[in-house]
Amino acid sequence: MQTKGKKEAELIARIVGGERELFHELIRPYERMVYLTVFSIVKNEAEAEDAAQEAVINTYRHLGSFRAEAKFSTWLTAIAINEGRKRLRRAKSAAEDSIEEQTEEKEGDYTPAPLTDWREIPLEALERKELREALRKAVAELPDAYRQVFTLRDLEELNIEETAQALGLNTGVVKVRLHRARMMLQKRLIPFLKDMAPKRKGFFGRAQWAL
Amino acid sequence: MGTVKLECKHVWEHISEYIDNTVDAQLREDIERHLEHCEICSAILDSTRNILILTADDRTFELPVGYSERLHERLAKAMNGSERETDNR
Repeated sequence: MQTKGKKEAELIARIVGGERELFHELIRPYERMVYLTVFSIVKNEAEAEDAAQEAVINTYRHLGSFRAEAKFSTWLTAIAINEGRKRLRRAKSAAEDSIEEQTEEKEGDYTPAPLTDWREIPLEALERKELREALRKAVAELPDAYRQVFTLRDLEELNIEETAQALGLNTGVVKVRLHRARMMLQKRLIPFLKDMAPKRKGFFGRAQWAL
Repeated sequence: MGTVKLECKHVWEHISEYIDNTVDAQLREDIERHLEHCEICSAILDSTRNILILTADDRTFELPVGYSERLHERLAKAMNGSERETDNR
């Protein structure tokens, strides 16, 4: 990680120093992250692509103001979030915005769905397209605030602190939203997985493929 | 039976943090002891983990075809100054 960050810092210094073309190289490892970040906010492919492009261009234009103490990926994510939110504000009415704010307060049922025969589901089931499809759909249907945290943490694999920093939240809020998002997804996907599970009883060994 | 149920609920509340390894040592030990004998919680933990594995898999959330090419093309244009700060919006 240290060497990656160092290499990145050198790259940034060279770009700011005039070797502009190197920016393509700097951004390449983060293309996917930028897209998924804005998609988690705008929820529309074409809009997300345009927003991702703009976020990357903005990053290029403001690279000179990037402070080396920060992590480039976190900084970039914050820019992408801003771009996504800007578009959302444009598209959404103020009324809808305030509903979104209330999501956090709402007490809900975030307990997982019990399933005893989960481990009977063969590994191949996870390879099925239908399951990926179901997961995509379930993530898309999460409340906005939860989906954004889930996307940064579990799709893009930022850590809790980075996720909090990028979204301008404290780590406690991130943990709560993440937990709720995960439990909601677990609950949503269980019936789907149950259908896939072979009707076989009596196997109780711990699933080795779980991790 | 009542206590077992309470215990399960307690475990569920911490599943996310347990997966992220951010629970303290004592709680971690308690959860692990519970998991040893609780099939339901073990299954919940496994299912949640598998969902996270699937989530992080690049094939689950795919980018639009040609996204990278278009991105670099537009970036190149912007870098060459042919795209202005406030473009077509």
